[in-house]
Amino acid sequence: MRRFALSALAALAFGLTATTPNAAEGPALPKEHWPFAGIFGTFDRGALNRGFQVYKEVCSACHSLSLIYYRHLEGIGLTAEEIRAIAAEKEVTDGPNDEGDMFKRPGRPSDRYVAPFANENASRTANNGAYPPDLSLMVKARKGGPDYLYAILTGYKDAPADVKMMDGLHYNEFFPGHQIAMPLPLSEGGVTFADGTAATVETMARDVTTFLAWTAEPEMEQRKQLGVKVVLFLIVFTGLTYAVKRKVWADLHA
Amino acid sequence: MNAPEWKNPVVRWIDFRLPIFSFVYHELGVYPAPRNLNYFWTFGSLAGIVLVIMLASGIVLAFNYTPHATMAFDSVERIMRDVNWGWLLRYIHMNGGSAFFIVVYIHMFRGLYYGSYKYPREVLWFLGVIILLLMMATAFMGYVLPWGQMSFWGATVITNLFSAFPLVGESIVTWLWGGYSVDNPTLNRFFALHYLLAFVIVGAVAVHLWALHVQKSNNPLGIDTKGPQDTVPFHPYMTVKDLFSLSVFLTVFSMFVFFAPNFFGEPDNYIPANPLVTPPHIVPEWYFLPYYAILRSIPDKLTGVLAMFGSIFVLFLLPWLDTSRVRSGSFRPTYKKFFWVFVVDCIVLGYVGANPPEGYFLILGRVATIYYFFHFIILLPLLGWFERPLPLPTSISQPVLGGRAAATARHMEKA
Ligand code: HEM
Repeated sequence: MRRFALSALAALAFGLTATTPNAAEGPALPKEHWPFAGIFGTFDRGALNRGFQVYKEVCSACHSLSLIYYRHLEGIGLTAEEIRAIAAEKEVTDGPNDEGDMFKRPGRPSDRYVAPFANENASRTANNGAYPPDLSLMVKARKGGPDYLYAILTGYKDAPADVKMMDGLHYNEFFPGHQIAMPLPLSEGGVTFADGTAATVETMARDVTTFLAWTAEPEMEQRKQLGVKVVLFLIVFTGLTYAVKRKVWADLHA
Repeated sequence: MNAPEWKNPVVRWIDFRLPIFSFVYHELGVYPAPRNLNYFWTFGSLAGIVLVIMLASGIVLAFNYTPHATMAFDSVERIMRDVNWGWLLRYIHMNGGSAFFIVVYIHMFRGLYYGSYKYPREVLWFLGVIILLLMMATAFMGYVLPWGQMSFWGATVITNLFSAFPLVGESIVTWLWGGYSVDNPTLNRFFALHYLLAFVIVGAVAVHLWALHVQKSNNPLGIDTKGPQDTVPFHPYMTVKDLFSLSVFLTVFSMFVFFAPNFFGEPDNYIPANPLVTPPHIVPEWYFLPYYAILRSIPDKLTGVLAMFGSIFVLFLLPWLDTSRVRSGSFRPTYKKFFWVFVVDCIVLGYVGANPPEGYFLILGRVATIYYFFHFIILLPLLGWFERPLPLPTSISQPVLGGRAAATARHMEKA
C-alpha cells in the first residue's frame, strides 16, 4: 500500500513536469533575479516608480496599457494628488453632453490609461504596419515572463553578417525569429530619474519590467501575503486533524 | 437500522414528515464502511468537496463575468483587478479545475487497481465514466470563457473535430458554433452550457453515491464485508479521515492558488482572442493531453476522433473486459505489474500530447496509443484466464486485527 502511494506520488510529480510545455524556440533566456519572485516577493517601490516613468516617457508613445486605470496607480505608491495630475495631462473624449455633442476634457483618475492611438489601424499606420501590443498583461502573456521582457529590451544587437534583415525590422537576440519591428527603445540616459538613479539601459529595462509585472498582477503582494497566512494555518490545521484521526482510530488499531 | 429517537421536538416533528435527519444518520452516521479502507478511498469525498468549491466560486464569478466576444476578456481582467477578492475567486476556480481532474484521476486509478468496477459495482462505475465525460465537457467550455488566444483556438480545434464525420460533419460544426466560425454565439452557448453542466454533474454525483450506498464500498482486499466486525461506522471514522485528507489537499491547493496560480495555464491565454493570429502551439489543458495524443497519433482524422472517444468509452466495457473474479490488484501479481505499465502509458500519452506530433513524439504516441487499447481489449481478458491470483484472506477483520501473519502463512502454504 505504501509503495502504491509513493509510486502514485512519483507518477503524479512526473506527470506534472512532463506536461509543462517545452520552452519556446530561440536562445535560452538569461535568468534574472527579481525581488518580486518567490513566495515572500514584493515589488521594489523605487523600481515601480522609475519603471512607470520609463513606461510613461518611452513605451507609452506606442504601447497602450488598457487594463490600467489612473486610479490603479495608487498601487505603486502614488498619492491621489499625483494621480490626478498625471491623468489631467491627457485629453479624454467624453459625452455626449446635453446638446448631444462629444467633447474633450482632461483625464480623471477614473479613466483608463489613455492609449497612444485611437485604434489598431491608426497604430499600424503610425508604426510601419506593425501593431505594438498592449502591455498590461505582457509579463503574464509570454513564456519566461519578466525574464523574457528584460531579455527583449536588452537583446538588441547588430545583425550577424549571414542574417538578411527585412525592411524596417531590427535584430534582437531573444525575439522569436530575431527580427522585431520595435526599434531599440531604451538608450543610456533616455530618462532622468527623480531619485538620482543612473538611467542605464539595464536599470531602465529592469525597472520597466518590474512596473509591467505589477500591471500584469497588481494583486501579487496581497496574494502572496495572504497565501503565507493561509498555508501556515492549513499546515497547523492538518496537524490537528491528523491528531484527531489518530485518536479516533486508536481503539481500532489496538 | 432503526432511526434513533430524536430528542429535539422540532427535529422529531420534521423527521416524522420528511426523514432527512434519519437519512443523514443512516447514510453518513452509521453507514458501515470497511475498516481497512486506505487513503485512496478519501478521494471520492475530496472530489465532492472540490465540486462544491467549483460551484461556489463559479457562481460568484458569473456575477461579474460578461459572456460577449468583445467583453469577456476584459470582464475577466476586471474580476482580477477591481472586484473585491476577484483574483482569489478566479484563481480558485482556475486551479480548481486542474485539482478536480487530479483528484478524479487518482479516484479512477484507485478503482482500476482495486477492481472497484467489478460485480456488483458496475453501475457505480458507469456513472463515474458519465461524470468524467460531463467534467470534460464542462472543463472544455469553461476554458473558452476567458476568450484568450488558447480559449479561442482550443475551441476552434476541438469543435472542428466533428467535421471528420462524413456527410453531417460540417453541419454539426456549424450547428455547434451557431455560425460559420467560433464567435459570439459560440461563447454565449458555451457559457450557458458550462453553467448548466456543472449542475448536471451534481445530479450524476448524487446517483453515483446512491449506487455506492446500495452496494457499499469495495476495499483494498477486494473481498466482501462479512459482518459488523469488518466495518466501522462512517462517522467518526471516515469523516475524520476524509477531513485529514481534505486539509492536506487544501494545503497543497493553496500553494498553487497563492504562489503559482498560473502553473497549469498557458501564457497565450493572457492574449485576447484573435481569429487572425494562430498561436504557434495550440495545446489543450494538461488533463486533456493524453486524449489529444491519441487523436493526433492516428493519421486519419475520423479514426483519430473515434479512437479519442473510444479511449473513454472502453471504460464502459471494462467490467466485461476484465475477466478475473479477483477484485484487488494486491492479489493479482501479474495484473499489478501491468497496472503500473498502464499508468506510465497514460503519463507518456500526456507527455506526447504536450509536444508537436513529429518525429520521435509521433512514434512514441503511436506506441502508447496502441498499448492503451491493448491493455483493455487484449491484456485484461487474457490475464483473467491465465493469471494465478494469490489466495484471498477469509475476512477483512482477520488480517487487520493482527491476522496478517496468519494470512501470509496461508499464502506460503499454497504457493
Ligand atoms: C465529480 C466527480 C466524482 C465524485 C464527487 C465522486 C464521488 C465518490 C465518492 C464520495 C465515493 C465514495 C468514496 C470513495 O470510494 O472514494 C465514490 C466511489 C467510487 N467512485 Fe466516484 N466520484 C466521482 C467521479 C468518479 C469517476 C470519474 C469514476 C470512474 C470513472 C468513479 C468511480 C467510482 C467507483 C468505482 C467508486 C467505488 C469505489 C470503491 O468502493 O472501491 N467516480 N465516488
